[in-house]
Amino acid sequence: MNNAQKYWQANIRLVIGCLIVWFFVSFGCGILFVNQLNAIRLGGYQLGFWFAQQGSIYTFVVLIFFYAWRMNQLDRKFNVEEA
Amino acid sequence: MTNLMLTTYIVVGATFALYLFIALKTRAKNTGEFYVAGKGVHPVLNGMATGADWMSAASFISMAGLLAMKGYDASAYLMGWTGGYCLLAMLLAPYLRKYGKFTVPEFIGDRFYSQSARLVAVICLVVASLTYVIGQMKGIGVAFSRFLEIPFQTGLFIGMGIVFVYAVLGGMKGVTYTQIAQYVVLIFAYTVPAIFISLQLTGNPIPQIGLGSTMSGSDGVYLLDKLDKVVVDLGFSAYTAQTGSTLNIFLLTMSLMIGTAGLPHVITRFFTVPKVKDARSSAGWALVFIAILYTTAPSVGAMARLNLMHTIQTGEVGSPEGNVVIEERPQWMRNWEKTGLLSFEDKNGDGRIQYYSDNGLSAAEADLAKAQKEGGDVAAAQAKVDAAAAKHAESKFAGFGWKGNEMTKVDNDIMVLANPEIAKLPNWVIALVAAGGIAAALSTAAGLLLAISSAISHDLLKGMIAKGIDDKTELMAGRIAMAGAILVAGYLGLNPPGFAAQVVALAFGLAASSIFPALMMGIFVKRMNNAGAICGMLAGLGSTLGYIFWFKGFMFIATTAMAPDNAANWWLGISPGSFGAVGALINFVVAFAVSSVTKAPPEHIQHLVEDIRVPMGAGAAQSH
Repeated sequence: MNNAQKYWQANIRLVIGCLIVWFFVSFGCGILFVNQLNAIRLGGYQLGFWFAQQGSIYTFVVLIFFYAWRMNQLDRKFNVEEA
Repeated sequence: MTNLMLTTYIVVGATFALYLFIALKTRAKNTGEFYVAGKGVHPVLNGMATGADWMSAASFISMAGLLAMKGYDASAYLMGWTGGYCLLAMLLAPYLRKYGKFTVPEFIGDRFYSQSARLVAVICLVVASLTYVIGQMKGIGVAFSRFLEIPFQTGLFIGMGIVFVYAVLGGMKGVTYTQIAQYVVLIFAYTVPAIFISLQLTGNPIPQIGLGSTMSGSDGVYLLDKLDKVVVDLGFSAYTAQTGSTLNIFLLTMSLMIGTAGLPHVITRFFTVPKVKDARSSAGWALVFIAILYTTAPSVGAMARLNLMHTIQTGEVGSPEGNVVIEERPQWMRNWEKTGLLSFEDKNGDGRIQYYSDNGLSAAEADLAKAQKEGGDVAAAQAKVDAAAAKHAESKFAGFGWKGNEMTKVDNDIMVLANPEIAKLPNWVIALVAAGGIAAALSTAAGLLLAISSAISHDLLKGMIAKGIDDKTELMAGRIAMAGAILVAGYLGLNPPGFAAQVVALAFGLAASSIFPALMMGIFVKRMNNAGAICGMLAGLGSTLGYIFWFKGFMFIATTAMAPDNAANWWLGISPGSFGAVGALINFVVAFAVSSVTKAPPEHIQHLVEDIRVPMGAGAAQSH
């Protein structure tokens, strides 16, 4: 496997990891398990409701910056940065 | 002229002067500047411009109202319209930026070595963008007529004129820098009233925290608990509880996410940054700027709903003095009655207003009145009214002497537009909301119009009809296409086709079922060939359009609908607006099936895919 293929594999692994978190906070906590989570309180928020209307959005922001930061690292590691 | 009007004129006029000033400073000199702002936009600024590009009249005006009325169920819009940016950042934007061309159809045409694929993409783009732009035009007209008391048409012409100046002169360059200014205007306009209202209700200035806090002056009762109790007492379902089916909420969220990532006017914004790594971070910044509004909206919605309920239900439910006396209703209600967005009817003649859930009685009565007026099936409608009335007679509300919900119309849009008046905020805040609504509509309209005009001048004209034209001619064609698009959009804004209200389902359905899968497979599946991609796009598009038309009528002509548009008829309970995700799945399946039995793409296409997957060498791809 050449360098570009290894870089691509590392990229795919990172994307899959990020998308698992993406799915978990929105579809998981915000929709599928919302009723179970609503038994837990976060101040005045029921936790499932909080994920659906607040938490998932904050997580999305963090995820994109994490992805951008890790990709920059991978670019350098595999020496495929832009000039 | 009243004091408020004068303030509004000054604030809105100042923002317009700013946009025109920017237009003069940012004229486009070549097609690179016209289509992609010369690829020189800083990632943070591009994020801000993307925020304004993305947040439309619907986000600014309608979304909080949707949350207020639907509570938890409207979460699909919050998650869908933000989660799509994760898909955009990780699956599309960096690679398309690396490819370094001007438009979305251009990538599809090159990657699938097919003019037909490019044409399908152009058609999807134009239909999705044009339907979307009608809503913005309407938003501009409404904002003008309500706040400046200028006739709807005049307001629309003024809005068209402003967009004309900066979009025709500056193309993407002019649009980008005005969008940045518009973002600042709209985010101030949205958050300032929210901060005031959060302070009033909870004592906490941060709306996101206020929503999870206790009410001021109540011994530790949480705002959301209070809201749940107030609405349940009046027969509505609890604000924080789910009412729709889980499958439908799931698919609606997914459709909106995929559609967001596939909308061409958003994708094109990421062609304007200097580097691949800028495209990645810029998507993050875009979402930061969007999240400021989207995490505030739930507070605005919930607090506006609570204020509205308290305005009408002034005392205990069921006590004779518990409801607002009609003659003593607040001034803001009188203001909004004039616009037709708010109306009531004293059904039980007690001189007070009751606002509660009568389990479909008033809806059935409205249907009956409509049937009598338009010659529908009166007997059937009457039977429904009788059934609903019998059910209502057994409810506790009948015991109070209530004869049906008296708030005959509460338009969702009021929740944001009237919010400053409901909370008794100063005039300049109301003026700011007017300027913000107009900024949100103008910025989105300009982005959409730019996507349409680029597709026409670059993909249709330069790419297919007159390949030999030079840069200067193409630039002129781009400007003419932009002017034409503004005129068409203005015409459709004045004479909205019947389907204007269905825009969201259509635009997101098209983007989700055709554009997103084609782009994603073009990058991630090296083996995907022209036949697979085209069949996939057509299958996704056909199934989604078919499903929407089945319930909404062919071309949205209601009489041609094959089945009534309600949950009982939907396939597996999936609403037409949620079908885009299913259409995308059909697209993927068909594309894989067809490409596996047809010839692999030629070698130079496989090299192209390998090339866009690595950031290195983007400088070379930039020269066009």
